[in-house]
Amino acid sequence: MTSTSQREAIKGAKVLMVGAGGIGCELLKTLALSGFQDIHIIDMDTIEVSNLNRQFLFRQSHVGQSKAKVAREAVLKFRPSINITASHANVKDPQFNVEFFKQFNVVLNGLDNLDARRHVNRLCLAAEVPLVESGTTGFLGQVTVHIKGRTECYECQTKPTPKTYPVCTITSTPSKFVHCIVWAKDLLFAKLFGDKNQGNDLNVRSSSNGSEGNNSSDASKDVFEQSPHESPDQYARKIYDHVFGHNIEAALSNEETWKNRRRPRPIYVRDVLPEGERNEGVKYEDGVGSIPSAMGLLGLKNPQEIWSLSENTRVFLEVVRLFLEKRDKEVGNLTFDKDDQLAVEFVTASANIRASSFGIPLHSLFEAKGIAGNIVHAVATTNAIISGLIVIEAIKVLLRDSNNYRMTYCLEHPNRKMLLMPVEPFEANPSCYVCSETPLLLEVNTATTKLRDVIDKIVKSKLGMNLPLVMQGLSLIYEEGDDLDADMVATYAINLDKVLNEFPTPVTNGTTLSVEDFQQELTCNINIKHRDEFDEEKEPDGMVLTGWSGPTTKSEKSSSSSNGDSSSAAGAKRKLEEVSEGNGKNKGIAQEVEVNDEDDDVSVLDGFPETNKKKRVQ
Amino acid sequence: MEGGEEELTAHETALYDRQIRVWGVDAQKRLSKAHVLVSGLTGATVEFCKNIVLAGVGSLALMDDRLVTEEVLGANFLISLDEYANSNKTVAELCSQSLRDFNPMVGVSVLSGELSQMDGEFFDKFDVVVVCSFSFQNKILINERCRKRQKRIAFYTIDCKDSCGEIFVDLQNYTYMQKKGDETVERQLSYPSLEEANSIPWRDLPRKVTKLYFAMRVLDKFELLEGRKPGETSLADFESISIVRKDVCEAQGLKESHLADSLLERLLAAGKMEHPAVCAILGGILGQEVIKAISGKGDPLKNFFYFDAADGKGVIEDISVHSTVTA
Repeated sequence: MTSTSQREAIKGAKVLMVGAGGIGCELLKTLALSGFQDIHIIDMDTIEVSNLNRQFLFRQSHVGQSKAKVAREAVLKFRPSINITASHANVKDPQFNVEFFKQFNVVLNGLDNLDARRHVNRLCLAAEVPLVESGTTGFLGQVTVHIKGRTECYECQTKPTPKTYPVCTITSTPSKFVHCIVWAKDLLFAKLFGDKNQGNDLNVRSSSNGSEGNNSSDASKDVFEQSPHESPDQYARKIYDHVFGHNIEAALSNEETWKNRRRPRPIYVRDVLPEGERNEGVKYEDGVGSIPSAMGLLGLKNPQEIWSLSENTRVFLEVVRLFLEKRDKEVGNLTFDKDDQLAVEFVTASANIRASSFGIPLHSLFEAKGIAGNIVHAVATTNAIISGLIVIEAIKVLLRDSNNYRMTYCLEHPNRKMLLMPVEPFEANPSCYVCSETPLLLEVNTATTKLRDVIDKIVKSKLGMNLPLVMQGLSLIYEEGDDLDADMVATYAINLDKVLNEFPTPVTNGTTLSVEDFQQELTCNINIKHRDEFDEEKEPDGMVLTGWSGPTTKSEKSSSSSNGDSSSAAGAKRKLEEVSEGNGKNKGIAQEVEVNDEDDDVSVLDGFPETNKKKRVQ
Repeated sequence: MEGGEEELTAHETALYDRQIRVWGVDAQKRLSKAHVLVSGLTGATVEFCKNIVLAGVGSLALMDDRLVTEEVLGANFLISLDEYANSNKTVAELCSQSLRDFNPMVGVSVLSGELSQMDGEFFDKFDVVVVCSFSFQNKILINERCRKRQKRIAFYTIDCKDSCGEIFVDLQNYTYMQKKGDETVERQLSYPSLEEANSIPWRDLPRKVTKLYFAMRVLDKFELLEGRKPGETSLADFESISIVRKDVCEAQGLKESHLADSLLERLLAAGKMEHPAVCAILGGILGQEVIKAISGKGDPLKNFFYFDAADGKGVIEDISVHSTVTA
């Protein structure tokens, strides 16, 4: 290492690393080699096979174990004398509060999701600890430095939000393969194998909103139930004919829809498979630890191959049968998981059959899995490069060498000869609701909207608060946390279901609500503006929040990507994964079907950096 | 190279899933058939070795007969401390054990001897040759041996001098498919050898070539004249290297002031020291380049890469005849 001052700064530093995945493994190694002596790692994940191609501290024998702990052991083998603390925990756990963050000289993020990144950003701001943030996707990556009062915070710029598709595109008029995937995953899979009580647009919309909707609604209630005398194969065929045949035919009767569109073709099993072919004969052997796989049973070996319509049909029928026969206990509680082979086969086959109907090119299981699981491209080399850049910035931060802080972009194609392009950090955005105190504006129908909607759709999902508290003037109307009295909990539960203008002091046009998260030490003021009507397609929340990280439209893309391969996904992408398959609350929501477009990871560096009008730190 | 008929196994597909999504199945198959030689195991090359073993190359041969010393351990994370204690194993032997663990599907072997002494046939076993910590003369010699073989052997040098780093690439005549929007077009690149690149007078190079290129050549010349081994330098050599700088700059037609004292001082002081963060960056870039060259996917770097932690730039320089300024 170059100088004594550097060596001393490194030796004396206490570093927090959040994430022990793709970037994390590389980072921990590089920190240890660079002479860092005191490192705390937090990661809630356990090791998976698909990590092993780049998370080099892990072996096949570690699959299922804590990433943080195994990473620690591995690094101690070549640097036994350093002090590494490993926490197999979620960084959002209350133990990691502002006090906890204050003990560190610098925080280094190697995270894979937007939620956790925002959370760590807020804690770093509150604890006034410098943050070095990073992310990678394929050959692209970046490292940024965030220091309160000196540079922008992580949330000063809009982060690309997951793509949302209009409901009717998914239910009635798909034009891209991704639309078929969303339909197969969020609607059909959820309907057949997920929670039956969840609302689901599978039938309602597909038969259009005209009179035929009524025709099928009674029948459709039963169609997804397996009747007692029905064999799994008969059931699978019935479902097939209903969703790919009958529903398409019903939709076709709505001529208006197809005026300027290519008309879809209804597909029935009898059109695809030879008369009399039955599936019941396929043998299934219960081997120890064998995973039921329809493609395996049908002799389809190559996940890269695109199956024909009849192959997709056979896979569909076989998967439904396998779910009902081999995994009957799970049916009713399943959510799509990209590591669940049978679920991936189901989504692939269903999406392909639907794509056939609509004249959309079919895709392989490998591709379908990537789209459905929002799988982020990841290679070891980019993570290694990014880890080197993080350490270089971390050393500057420790030396308080603030004139030389840089954000660095790792590019796939050189820009002005540069593959690694340093840029001066940006100044804080004066209207950032996180690091400045600018109030937000919420347009909402105060006569119909309940407090619960504001908490769920705005405070938690948009503002990213974990344990929010809501004040109206001096009165506390809502709070979350472990340490509340039972009677308060009861009051808050009642408040949640109150419509805004029914509170003792009505929340109405001109009211200001103060929202706070103690753990994140973040407070925001929200000015309420009453509005009667909202566009169901464009404003599905029935509310519009402005002033949070800039406009919500995608017109101006952020220069910095929120991607990240610490353990896998890009921020926005993983966030999406969490929304659609994560913590239960939003399971199977059809009103807001989200997925990332398969080809949008190139946009990472859009408009960067010459065109970016943000002011650089002087 | 042919893509090959046999499919990847289910295990390979699962293990390499995330990277196949980056470079595709055909590239993965080609990787698994490529043979790579690395001579000189330093912080930068062990980073590279890790990267291509994880990526799943066919085989990797290591050459480094040194016994372990403090200096070797510097930026090397492949040697676990309890293993090397009391062992008479060479650096290559110790590193090979960790690399095999990283990916049991890659054949990692150890070859003893001095690469610059090997005859031409020795090189035929490899598709890629990477050397580190060789004198400039030996780099040129090995580069020429690779070039004389019938098959095309990709040749790379990589060196980390504390906070600075250099990579040189020679793919000879290289054809690949370049993606342009939705189309792919065949593109041919013609690389100069290290000797050819070095013979281009500096006065003919574009003005904006990174100063590191010139500084590294002055350092090479200094080591040659003084009979030093690579990296056997210290700040005390500044006066002698200043004279070399003056002579070289005059002969090459470059203003002496173009090469600041501070840069030469940094390189001299670096000696054999490697900045682990810079090693990670150089090893990452080289790993990516070798993967590109083997798979024929992506624009390969031509023909020098420089990184300097002081300004944070990672720059590509094309030092070849057609890139020179035509007066």
